[in-house]
Amino acid sequence: MKIPENLLYTKDHEWLKVEGNEAFIGVTDFAQSELGDIVYIEVETVGETLDKEESFGTIEAVKTVSDMFMPVGGEILEFNSKLESAPETTNKDPYGEGWIVKIKISNPDEIAELLSAEKYTELVGA
Amino acid sequence: MKNTAFTKFHEAFGAKMLPFAGFYMPIQYEGVIAEHDTVRNSLGVFDVSHMGEFWVKGPKALEFVQKVTSNDASVLVDGKVQYSCFPNETGGIVDDLLVYKINDETYLLVVNAANIDKDWAWCVKQNTMGANLYNASDEISQLAVQGPLALKAMQKLTDTTVTDMEYYTFKKLTFVGVKDVIFATTGYTGSGGCEIYFANEDADKIWNAVFEAGAEFGIKPIGLAARDTLRLEMGYNLYGNDICDTTSPIEAGLSWITKFVDHKDFINKEALLKQKKEGVASKLIGFEMIDKGIPRHEYEIVDAQGNKIGEVTSGSMAPTLKIAIGMGYVKTAFSAIGSEIFIKVRDKSLKAKVVKTPFYKVN
Repeated sequence: MKIPENLLYTKDHEWLKVEGNEAFIGVTDFAQSELGDIVYIEVETVGETLDKEESFGTIEAVKTVSDMFMPVGGEILEFNSKLESAPETTNKDPYGEGWIVKIKISNPDEIAELLSAEKYTELVGA
Repeated sequence: MKNTAFTKFHEAFGAKMLPFAGFYMPIQYEGVIAEHDTVRNSLGVFDVSHMGEFWVKGPKALEFVQKVTSNDASVLVDGKVQYSCFPNETGGIVDDLLVYKINDETYLLVVNAANIDKDWAWCVKQNTMGANLYNASDEISQLAVQGPLALKAMQKLTDTTVTDMEYYTFKKLTFVGVKDVIFATTGYTGSGGCEIYFANEDADKIWNAVFEAGAEFGIKPIGLAARDTLRLEMGYNLYGNDICDTTSPIEAGLSWITKFVDHKDFINKEALLKQKKEGVASKLIGFEMIDKGIPRHEYEIVDAQGNKIGEVTSGSMAPTLKIAIGMGYVKTAFSAIGSEIFIKVRDKSLKAKVVKTPFYKVN
């Protein structure tokens, strides 16, 4: 199971990649593996500003559905349009091509509250 | 938690294992869609050893089967299988099952794993005529080899001809050198194939031979997750989801296995006949989504004004059809093919329409 060192994580299995005052959000390799084949990713929050831990969308696998939560508060700038036609990209490449949304971070102080790769590894028992 | 005789093979294949109906079972191996496609296109193997098997024997065997099941077992000939259910006394269904007729004084009932204890207690209680009942569930292993190439592959393992067997029949034959194996052309996938019953002691030998025989056709192990999507595409009921202790066979669209004939009396016959004559308030329907979204078990079904008219009992993205489908009970007024209904998916009402099942039609 891959848990890249350069990302930050939540206990709900999202990852955050910070680039200046913006960031990419996705779900972890552990999450996509637990969900199984992803068939539909719904994000209807583009343009909205959400708080940390608010749901920004849902991810539907064949057998189950799961909400996705904001690792930090921010404005949803973009939904990865590739996922509209190829949601399975998030299974194949959860940390790369399968990213879910890009956000503008509201409060950079919240970043410090996220889990490091090491802490997340402990959490999932990898 | 019980293991089946095949648990070690599932673990060796790297299956995701979860508790299911009291058994530690493989949910998936490489992924539900890939496994689903394997069964539709070639062949796959399900460990269904968790299913229950009851023998009914003796001169009162038929009388017992006729009393507890809804279908007419008197029409069975030796070697024929029948889908049926156990109606309860209060309008619901104790379980759905398969009835195998071995001969006039020997029947095999195959029941759902989750209901083995309940079914056994029920059968014992109803056995007022004194048939010989025996619960062999812990002694019998079962593999379902399903898919268009299944019979061709399995033919390599027996000298008895199986490739020309009719649907829902069985033969007792020698398979991989093991005598008295029950080889049935039944299944829960809609892609053809067989279900094979044998003693636990022969499990290793048969598993290995089945995979060896199927290797040239691309045989793979298939988990319960794909079993569920395959059966849903066929509109087959799943006990616990689509039928239960409180749903009647008439509501569930099982009139075709509920036979109101003079020579057969069965539990709750009069009440069910009344339902059939007078109609039922709700019916189990199949539907496909028009709006984008996936229906799930227990989601509400509403009308265009948002009034609740029913509930989803099964739902999923259908891997072969590539659309979202489901089943559920709706008020009878909304049950006609083509009716527009709405599924409450989180905070939204998504449009769907009632369609005929099976959703998947074999070419």
